[in-house]
Amino acid sequence: MIRLEHMSKSYGDYPAVIDVSAHIQQGEVVGFLGPNGAGKTTTMRVLTGFTPPTEGSAAIAGYDVVSHSLDARRHIGYLPESVPLYLDMTVMDYLRYMGQLRGMNRKWIDERLPVIIEIVRLGEYQNALVGKLSKGYRQRVGIAQAIIHEPDVLILDEPTIGIDPIQVVETRSLISELGGEHTLILSSHILPEISAICRRVLVIHEGRIVADDDPENLSDRLQSAERIEVSLRGTQPGEAIAAIRELRHVVDVRRDNRPVQERMAEQGVVALVVDARPEEGATEDVARTIVDSGWGLVNLHPLPMTLEEIFLQLTTEEEASA
Amino acid sequence: MRNIQTIAWKEVKTYFASPMAYVVAASFLAITGFFFVASVSDPFSEASIRGYIAGAIFFMVFLSPALTMRLLAEEQKLGTLELLMTSPVREWEIVIGKFIAAFVMLALMVAGTFYFVVVLSWYGDPDIGPILTGYLGVLLYGSATLAIGLMASALSSNQLVSLVVGAGLLTALTVSNFVADRLTGTAEEIVSNFQLGSSFSVFDTSSFGVVEGGHFADFARGIISVTDIAYYISITAVFLFITVVLLESRRWR
Repeated sequence: MIRLEHMSKSYGDYPAVIDVSAHIQQGEVVGFLGPNGAGKTTTMRVLTGFTPPTEGSAAIAGYDVVSHSLDARRHIGYLPESVPLYLDMTVMDYLRYMGQLRGMNRKWIDERLPVIIEIVRLGEYQNALVGKLSKGYRQRVGIAQAIIHEPDVLILDEPTIGIDPIQVVETRSLISELGGEHTLILSSHILPEISAICRRVLVIHEGRIVADDDPENLSDRLQSAERIEVSLRGTQPGEAIAAIRELRHVVDVRRDNRPVQERMAEQGVVALVVDARPEEGATEDVARTIVDSGWGLVNLHPLPMTLEEIFLQLTTEEEASA
Repeated sequence: MRNIQTIAWKEVKTYFASPMAYVVAASFLAITGFFFVASVSDPFSEASIRGYIAGAIFFMVFLSPALTMRLLAEEQKLGTLELLMTSPVREWEIVIGKFIAAFVMLALMVAGTFYFVVVLSWYGDPDIGPILTGYLGVLLYGSATLAIGLMASALSSNQLVSLVVGAGLLTALTVSNFVADRLTGTAEEIVSNFQLGSSFSVFDTSSFGVVEGGHFADFARGIISVTDIAYYISITAVFLFITVVLLESRRWR
């Protein structure tokens, strides 16, 4: 459905995307994961025909995005990161307009509009001006315009950025539902978001694809270290650190010096960060040690790796194997 | 064709929903009304619409870019151009659609001045020939100014910049005779032939509203000249083409 062949895109001398190749089958749900400026948006802009690649090629449903741009664009629904909308139109007028631009006839639009409004749950706001809606509702309007013409390929650039947490959850579940019907590409810089929705992840870093895998494999590859945050009461920091360091899988123990922990320290709570090997059992061992020593366990939870650490790991991995 | 219609209709509706079109139309009707009244108020004055026409073409230099400034600048500012350009719509369809919308507004505005003719016919016996050619000229001239304004709107995401660039270009084309006067030979001929229209006589109370110079002069006199029609249509076409190229070039940035 989507083919990228050695696609590169430079803005002037600045290479935004370098030699990216990927084939995405019909019905796949693919996440582009990468930090800001990694080249996710540029790749999407090439796929949607907004900007042509400098080198290589991209094709949607067999149509080259440059030479058969209109045919390629007919197969796409796209939501840019900034969620651009006409603020002075009502939701219905706007969706009708976008439908017409995508080549839908009046009858199709009339049938499709109530369905769309239902899918994105905009019922009570369908006659409101887009400019009066909150960011989260605008996001839904943005998604609605992307799916109104039932495109084969749906491309969503950072669809949950800048909206409040409750709406993030709703938007994610909405996107997950859409994944069933469309070939879906979604970009994000949040790993759990991608893992929750996508069956395949392309990790993009500095314009290159550094990993192309399913989320489970990817997190297995990434689990070469485990980090646990522990807070306990009823002992001195030195004693606790010494006891935990003894444990089998533990690599390193240090005090958590973040400012947020200082008030806790005043209340006699010791906050520690434990690095352990990813084998099973480190977390349980830490918990057991604390309880067996008669200390109070206040908090214990595994920390997910930060995105920076993930990219550091993936890029060093690539270099090592190259 | 359907895309052009869709875009033009959407823009016309937006015009009616936003204050700018009303402000422009009200200014146009007030200004042209003033010059019309002034030109027919003298004793023994001629029963013609030349005062209206002179005022209309002079102030379109500012009012046309005010009408077009939002059309493409706003799309760039909001980012909606990205959605438009990733929809199966060609650049020239966007440009023509928006141009048609602006032209419809201009035509409605001009239609609002028909009562001048009614007033003239009621109190006098106007020569209908120059009135018809005058209206034809205003529409042709108007379309050229709108095309230039639309081009200015494609240049920037800032509406004010578009307005100033558009009005500046139109002013330059209006006063090109000042430059031509200081040139000789072929250069003079070329520059003077580029004059869009000149109606500084609107400010001259003795010759009130006689349009002199530029491609508009014949229309005001009741003459339809192929050269003038070709000139305005060419200007419109050339600037719409430049607008399309400007939009296409955005893809390569």
